[in-house]
Amino acid sequence: MTDEALVGRVWRFEHDISTDVLSPGQYAVDPVEVRKLHVLESVNPSFASDVMPGDIVVAGRNFGCGSSRETAAENLQALGVACVVAESFARIFMRNSVALGLPVVVCPGVHDGFSDGDRIEVDLAKGRIVNVDSGAELRGDPLPTEMRDILSAGGILAVLENQDGR
Amino acid sequence: MGMTLAERILAAAAGKEEVAAGDFVVADIDLAMLHDIFAAHVFDMLGEVGVDQIFDPDKTVVVIDHLVPAPTAEAAALHQRIREHVSRLGIKAFYDAGQGICHQLLPEQGHVRPGMLIVGTDSHTTTYGALGAGGTGIGTSDMVYALATGRLWFRVPETIRFELSGDLQQGVSWKDVILYLAGRFGADAAQYRAMEFGGPAVKKADMSSRLTLSNMAVEMGAKFGLFAADEITDTYLRDRGGVGSESFAPDPDATYEAVHEISLSGLPPQVAMPHEVDRVGSIEEVEGISIDQAFIGSCTNGRIEDLQAAAVVLRGKHIASGVRLLVVPASRAVLKEAMDSGVLASLVDAGASVLPPGCGPCFGGHGGLLGPGERCIGTHNRNFIGRMGSADAEIYLGSPETVAASALAGRIADPRHMEVSND
Ligand code: SF4
Repeated sequence: MTDEALVGRVWRFEHDISTDVLSPGQYAVDPVEVRKLHVLESVNPSFASDVMPGDIVVAGRNFGCGSSRETAAENLQALGVACVVAESFARIFMRNSVALGLPVVVCPGVHDGFSDGDRIEVDLAKGRIVNVDSGAELRGDPLPTEMRDILSAGGILAVLENQDGR
Repeated sequence: MGMTLAERILAAAAGKEEVAAGDFVVADIDLAMLHDIFAAHVFDMLGEVGVDQIFDPDKTVVVIDHLVPAPTAEAAALHQRIREHVSRLGIKAFYDAGQGICHQLLPEQGHVRPGMLIVGTDSHTTTYGALGAGGTGIGTSDMVYALATGRLWFRVPETIRFELSGDLQQGVSWKDVILYLAGRFGADAAQYRAMEFGGPAVKKADMSSRLTLSNMAVEMGAKFGLFAADEITDTYLRDRGGVGSESFAPDPDATYEAVHEISLSGLPPQVAMPHEVDRVGSIEEVEGISIDQAFIGSCTNGRIEDLQAAAVVLRGKHIASGVRLLVVPASRAVLKEAMDSGVLASLVDAGASVLPPGCGPCFGGHGGLLGPGERCIGTHNRNFIGRMGSADAEIYLGSPETVAASALAGRIADPRHMEVSND
């Protein structure tokens, strides 16, 4: 999955999207089926209901800032989001996404390079980001092999289960 | 080639002679910390992947600190599950409700030593950098992997070094320094990077102040917030009954992404304004804003030194009417010392409500939350919307001195303008 390019429809968000917005505190202990319905609702109320599997989230700087709660990444994954491309990520959010098997790519310029509904192509290994509609191309950070290995296994727990045949 | 503190820590943990920024390593974990918000979930997940033993029960610390004392039946049930898991897994370093905040207990109880690699299910795990340990926050899946195998992957971070010189004015503390750095450089200035604090001013900073800086390094995005280990570290470890430490320092020819030289002389008290930690101004900009609540506590500033600093301002006086002052000692040892030294009496006489050791209202779970339109100034580390209750409340962050002075005045006040009595 991770060696070919992903193509999807863009949902674009601003800078500093926090874990509180991705996983609102009042639903923190609810099951993922409930939690996923409230993802990003404070900044785009139609996102959770209208997002389709394979869609790609584009955002500004410091995406996923705030707490270490993994539900922030898990909720996006549960909605079928295929990848998040942002100007920069909060470190723990990035770690958690990889751990869960959700691809994340750092790409300067992506926030201004896309609008809602554009089609985006993401090459994880090369870090190449293309606006399919305009043809504009951006250089993101290629995802290191170590991270792609975890992603293609389906996350760190899948790596664990494969490792020692548990 | 010389190594930074972060590179030295990760090289040692990965069993390599040398690593450089940008390398990926699989590193051995020296200590894993879990607190009550995530512990039961992590232990359940371990079971789901078929792991019934953890890599090393003696390198695992579990702390019940957030929901303390249990505010709801659900929280109490969560704590019951944690206790069952802890005894099943043979974890001896278990701090049950009321003993204090994880980031206070681990250093205070001697679990943290220079050079260690420590992971915790909490973003403020960077706190342990004060003792020269690489502490960093991870999520629950990574923690399951770490507990099962004793290892985890890391990207070796670039390091930004802060060379601090000069002397702090009376009434100005190291909390003001880290707020100033957050304001000047921004909340993502150290994203994916390590921060290293050095320079002549740091040599004079006590361990409590260093813990404050390392704690808030994560508010600038940092993976680690590191200090070299020196005589102050050595004394801190010995005072806690541990063996002292040899010095642990970066190599003189280490490579830094940037080095910032900053003089602290003349720095006025700093305050973070709603709703971002890097929206910082000097005290003049916010003086006079009325407050409803003042909070002294948290893993940033709930130590005995912080309570003492507040007591110096509050002693013999009384907080303004209409203001609530909450004091939450960071640990039972802090509470005990505050009792024995008379600090607690000064605070209570001044009108403070003292809450049991723990996180208190810091993360907005319980224990002194804010209603709509209310305003609080606290010594903690985050002021995001809704962090302490109502989304329509406002949170300002400052030093213990500033918070105490503000409680007296009923509005944000400059601690340098308070008369203090030292008897
Ligand atoms: S005191 Fe606050 S910041 Fe520290 S661990 Fe507790 S909730 Fe987190």
